[in-house]
Amino acid sequence: MRITVNGTDHEVDVEEDMPLLWLLRDELGIHGSKYGCGIGACGACTVHLDGLAVRACQVWSGDAAGAEVTTIEGLGTEAAPHPVQQAWIDLQVAQCGYCQPGQVMQAAALLAEVPDPTDRQIEDAMGGNLCRCATYPRIRAAIRRAAGSEGA
Amino acid sequence: MGTAGKIARRTFLIGTAAIGAGVAFGIYAYRRDPGNPLTAGLAPGEAALTPYVLLDAEGVTLITPRIDLGQGAASIQAHLLAEELDVDPAKVRLASGPASPVYHNGSVAAEGMPLAAWDEGLIARGGRAASEVLGKFGGLHVTGGSTTVADAYDRLRAAGASARETLKAAAATRLGIAREDLRTEDGRVVWADGSAPYAELIPLLADVEVVQDVPLRDPSAWRWLGQPHRRVDVAAKSVGTYRFGGDLVLPDMLHATVVTNPLRGGGVVSMHASEAEAMRGVEAVLPITDGAAVLADNDWRAFRAARAIRFESGGEGPTSDALWKAHEAALDGDRDSAFTDEGDVDAAPGTRIEATYRVPFLHHAPLEPANATVRYTPEATEVWTATQAPIFVARSVARITGQEAEQVTVNVLPAGGSFGHRLEDEWVRQAAEIAVQVPGRPVRLTLSREQDMTHGFYRPMAVARGRGTVENGRVRALDLAVAAQSVAESQMGRVGFPAFGPDVALVAGAWDAPYALPDRRITGHRVAATVPVSSWRSVGASHNGFFLESFLDELIAEAGADPVEERLRLISHEPSRRVLETVAEMASWNGPEGKRGVAFVYSFGVPVAQIMEVRQTEAGIVMDKLWIAAEVGRVLDPVNIEAQLSGGALFGIGHALSSEITFDGRGPEQTNFDSYESLRLWQTPEIEVRALGSGGPIRGAGEPGLPPAAPALANAVFAATGTRLRRMPFAADMRFA
Repeated sequence: MRITVNGTDHEVDVEEDMPLLWLLRDELGIHGSKYGCGIGACGACTVHLDGLAVRACQVWSGDAAGAEVTTIEGLGTEAAPHPVQQAWIDLQVAQCGYCQPGQVMQAAALLAEVPDPTDRQIEDAMGGNLCRCATYPRIRAAIRRAAGSEGA
Repeated sequence: MGTAGKIARRTFLIGTAAIGAGVAFGIYAYRRDPGNPLTAGLAPGEAALTPYVLLDAEGVTLITPRIDLGQGAASIQAHLLAEELDVDPAKVRLASGPASPVYHNGSVAAEGMPLAAWDEGLIARGGRAASEVLGKFGGLHVTGGSTTVADAYDRLRAAGASARETLKAAAATRLGIAREDLRTEDGRVVWADGSAPYAELIPLLADVEVVQDVPLRDPSAWRWLGQPHRRVDVAAKSVGTYRFGGDLVLPDMLHATVVTNPLRGGGVVSMHASEAEAMRGVEAVLPITDGAAVLADNDWRAFRAARAIRFESGGEGPTSDALWKAHEAALDGDRDSAFTDEGDVDAAPGTRIEATYRVPFLHHAPLEPANATVRYTPEATEVWTATQAPIFVARSVARITGQEAEQVTVNVLPAGGSFGHRLEDEWVRQAAEIAVQVPGRPVRLTLSREQDMTHGFYRPMAVARGRGTVENGRVRALDLAVAAQSVAESQMGRVGFPAFGPDVALVAGAWDAPYALPDRRITGHRVAATVPVSSWRSVGASHNGFFLESFLDELIAEAGADPVEERLRLISHEPSRRVLETVAEMASWNGPEGKRGVAFVYSFGVPVAQIMEVRQTEAGIVMDKLWIAAEVGRVLDPVNIEAQLSGGALFGIGHALSSEITFDGRGPEQTNFDSYESLRLWQTPEIEVRALGSGGPIRGAGEPGLPPAAPALANAVFAATGTRLRRMPFAADMRFA
């Protein structure tokens, strides 16, 4: 099957039901998306599928074929970070950092849809993303900063 | 009585690490300086200045031997070195360095001794000095006990200064001018009309002696330390390029996972793997201790095949009900310790109250599942894993491969969290068991979340009974009995050492609380070892903070006193008073006001006070705000210390609310984050942190933020509802929004 990840087309030969997460990590060598639970309960594997935030451990590769997949690596780079990534850097959100690719992708999808979210909208959108280090206060602040509503 | 019995009465557990290492290395290792482990591996054109600074043609590499688990260890170690070496931590390379006794942790052994950290008396100081010697001869290359900053503060600055002055000495020789006439700046030695990058001086270093005993710079001259500065890893962690242990890919690598009996030692009754073996991408199904390993070309294919193994495991384990009963019975059984026993709690006058508390087993559950990569050959074995104790890993692996520990190289990789989990090494041993069956091929073992969750080394279940009296509006007597399994006994049992004497961790955070009551007794009661238990963030203080601060709050309420004022009345230790006064000022404390609770715990040498404010809503209790004040002696990184104190508090709150590991006789009943719940963003209160650096010994903040959080919440819930939350998880007894 053919799959487009971060703007690059790949021809892959994998099972239809192999979750996208392992196609990315183990077949394509794109390691930013993380395995945390495998049941859609932690959000560490969050990527964008045609702009929508999804759990890559819950999407079959067969269903991702033909769609545009964006991973954390495709969102921005250290030299040219996405505004959400810049806010994450500025506020030093990460502790262990393992969940942060998923947090950043979830937050970027939220802001693409709702440029200036309310606290309630932030809580609803980010509720599925687990951070065992509990960096939540800075996640909240970084989303506000990226939305340009810091202190609002 | 035999010698062992005599020793037992006079000594105490000093933790796995200390005993294990002491025996294996022998006492002579203390007198023999273990030397610089970097020297052996130097290529032509490289130089090692101290065990912490490596130079090659491309520049400087700083060695940061305490593993980064998310607590910021790599960054603070780099900044301590860089502050004296005059390099920019963002522009140099960092490496974890080899496993070596030269990287011993002089502070960690003191945590296992019955010496209150606030005690500056002769015996306590002597004991701490002895434990440092123990750490040194034991070669405790260990990360833990919130000791990284305390242990590294002088040592790494001294290493940076020594390397800097040695580089200057090399340049001085070449230039024919005095070392004092040179200065350093951003990785260069600078003189009146020129400069040279450190790397250019490598050829000259062979001819100069390492300059020792260099005076350290005054903090007023610091460039980074004490100021907000950027963590070295934060950009990579924000753009997805940071690489964890589980991201390692080696040529010809096999992907492995294991499925084993949740009851260790229970063995395998029957196993049918033919279906798994026939699945796409599966190379082999191999036997290992208590189960099987699947080797495949992809993690998911390995997981899928592991699920297809039909597996009947043997053995019989405890149930939670039986364990609760055993703990309650232990409260009336033999004492393991009574480090605090003043006055006469049984005869104290006043109104008497009693309450019982309990907390369940908890998993560390770092978000990155346990993983390890091992490549075995008959000549040498190489290990790549995120471990807090690399020398122990080398020894564990050597026992499996039948090699000497010196034949095993351990590469320490960054961890996606730990909370104490990566002091354990079961998965590294499993990876080694697999690797010896496929010599020459690297095997990367990744545990499924389910395997990881059901094969934990848990925070012990614990039960406590508080008894005390109040008289004339004051707390008079406090008697707290704590029953739990011994973490040290469990850990030492896993490496084959017996545990003599009382376990300090069992009562930590309670026996050493600086409350001066005329009648006060804290006793530990050890429950027989069943479920394997381990060091979980803040260890014994994680439950004893809750027990002591909840029961003290009950006594204060009974006395009709103010929770802050009465605590202050009982405390004379100045730093402890300071954090209580500070947190009261931050929150404009004016009593519980039907919404607020306070708690104070002294752990890991850090007094921490917290005030929680809650609100009752139709959906349940909402946590609105948490104030935290802590005294760490000196604040080196204001941004990270806030993260550690708030992260520790939220870790404590999240588990107190809804987490537990229960046992049904076949093993743990929770398998993943759907059944082992964790704090979520919507539950998180607003947090305000004040970290004080008022002088005194410098301390770490990774753990001490945790113990006061749950009791501050429970005491706030009492203020709001009149209900005392005496058992965790709180959500079993109280609805939270």
